[in-house]
Amino acid sequence: MASTGMKQGTNGWEPRIVAFFCNWCTYTAADLAGVSRLRHAPNARVIRVMCSGRLDPQFVLDAFARGADGVLVGGCHPGDCHYMEGNYKALRRVRLLQRMMKDMGIHEDRFRLEWISASEGEKVKTTINTMTERVRALGPLGLPERFAEWDEEMDGLAHAIAAQEEAVHA
Amino acid sequence: MPEKPKVAFYWCASCGGCEESVVDLAEEILGVVNAVDIVFWPVAMDFKKQDVEAISDGGILVSLINGAVRTSEQEEMAKLLRRKSALVVAYGSCAHMGGIPGLANQFDREQILRYVYEESPSTINELHTRPQTASPEGGHTLTLPEFRSMVRTLDQVIPVDYYLPGCPPVPRMLKAALDTLLSGNLPPKGTVLGPDTAMCEECPRKESKPADLAYTAFRRPHEVIIQPETCLLAQGVICMGPATRGGCGAQCVTGNMPCSGCFGPTSRVMDQGAKILSAIASSLSAKETEGIDRTLATIPDPVGTFYRYGLPGSLLRRKIADHN
Repeated sequence: MASTGMKQGTNGWEPRIVAFFCNWCTYTAADLAGVSRLRHAPNARVIRVMCSGRLDPQFVLDAFARGADGVLVGGCHPGDCHYMEGNYKALRRVRLLQRMMKDMGIHEDRFRLEWISASEGEKVKTTINTMTERVRALGPLGLPERFAEWDEEMDGLAHAIAAQEEAVHA
Repeated sequence: MPEKPKVAFYWCASCGGCEESVVDLAEEILGVVNAVDIVFWPVAMDFKKQDVEAISDGGILVSLINGAVRTSEQEEMAKLLRRKSALVVAYGSCAHMGGIPGLANQFDREQILRYVYEESPSTINELHTRPQTASPEGGHTLTLPEFRSMVRTLDQVIPVDYYLPGCPPVPRMLKAALDTLLSGNLPPKGTVLGPDTAMCEECPRKESKPADLAYTAFRRPHEVIIQPETCLLAQGVICMGPATRGGCGAQCVTGNMPCSGCFGPTSRVMDQGAKILSAIASSLSAKETEGIDRTLATIPDPVGTFYRYGLPGSLLRRKIADHN
C-alpha cells in the first residue's frame, strides 16, 4: 500500500514517541536524567501515569491512531512496584497487546516496555535513544494520514452522485 | 387522516439475520405496520431505488440500515437513504461496528480476490477471470459495484443518528427504539439505543464471578465441558461480558456459551478489544515473560476473539498491509 508520502529523513519528519512513565520509578528516573544533564533524543513526549499498571491498552492504540510512531512504557522493576502488582499486570497486558498489534501489521519495534528504576537516569537516556533510532529506521507510521488516504476511494462516488444530480436538476 | 411516518429498511454487507429480527417482532409487527408506512424494504417488499429517489429529501422519518459497507453500491444506497431520511439508525453489529464481515479487514483486497477467484480449493478458473466494474457484452456494457479496499461501519460512510446493537438486535429493543423514534422525544444524537451497563450486570451467573482470577491457560468452548451455572471466566473460557454492553438478556450465556461481544462496548469505552484484552491479560497467574507467553498462547486468535464484531470500528480499523 502507498505510504503517507513522508519518507524517513525527508520533509523534516522526526519520530514521535509517546512515553508512558510510572510516577515512582521511570518518571523519577527521567527527572534524574534531566538534572544530571544527560542528553537524549528529543522525540519522546512523556506522559506520567501513577503506575505502569494504569496503562490502559486503549491509551496505546489511541496514541498510534492519533499519529504516534512509537509508544514506550516505563515501569518499576519486577518486585519493586509501589502498588505491589501493577507492573506485572502491565507486562501481561503489553505481551498480549504486542502480539495483537503484530497481527494488525504494526511493527514490534514501535511498542516497547522497559523497567527503569528511579536511579537509572542513564537507562532513560539509552532507552529513548535506541527506540528513537529503531522507529526512525522504520519510518513514519502515520495512521491519521492513512485513515484519510483509505477513505479517499469513496470520494469518486460522491463526485459522480453530485454530477448526476446536477444533470437531473439542470 | 394525517399521513403516517415513512420508514425504510435496507441491508448492506449482512447475512439477513437483522431482517429476520424485524420479522421476529411477530404479531407486534402489525402494530408497527399500522403506525408507519414502510416505503422501502428490499428483502420483503417490491420497492425500487427509483421509488426512494422520488421521495422528497428528508421525507422518510427513519431509515434502519443493517450490514457493513464494502461495495460502492452499498455506499451509494447509504448516501441516498441518508439524504431522504430525517433519521438514520445503524441497525445491528455490522452497521454499528463492522460486524463479522469486518474481520476481512485483516486481509487486503488483493489477498481476498486472489483467494476467492483463484486459490480456494473448490475454484476452477483457468483464465483467472475476476469481476470487473464494467465489461462489454453483446454490444452492451455490464456493470458491477466496486469492491472497496476495506470494510467500513455505516458511520464511516454517512452520518448516523442512532445505533441499535446486536447480532442481531433483539426484537424488544427494536420495538422500544421504534416507539422512542415515533414519539418524537429523541435521545441525543449518537446514542446507542440500549442499556449502558456491561453484559455481566444481567448475567444469571453473575454471583459466581470470582473477585480474583489467576489464569494458567484459556480453554475454547469445544475443549471443555462448560458448567451451566458458574461464571465462564472462572472456567477459563473467554467471555466478552465485562467489555460488552448488556441488553440482550444474556442469551448466549443462558445457552451455555460465552458472550462473544456483539453488542459492542458501553459508551465510556473507545475500543472494546483493548478493554477485554486488558481485563483478560491482567488476570494471568504468571509474572515472568515466558510463563505469560505460554498462557497467552492458549488464545489462538486475539484479533478474531476480541474484535469479532468490531474491527472496522476499532481504533486501528484494519491491518496495515506493509507491516510498518
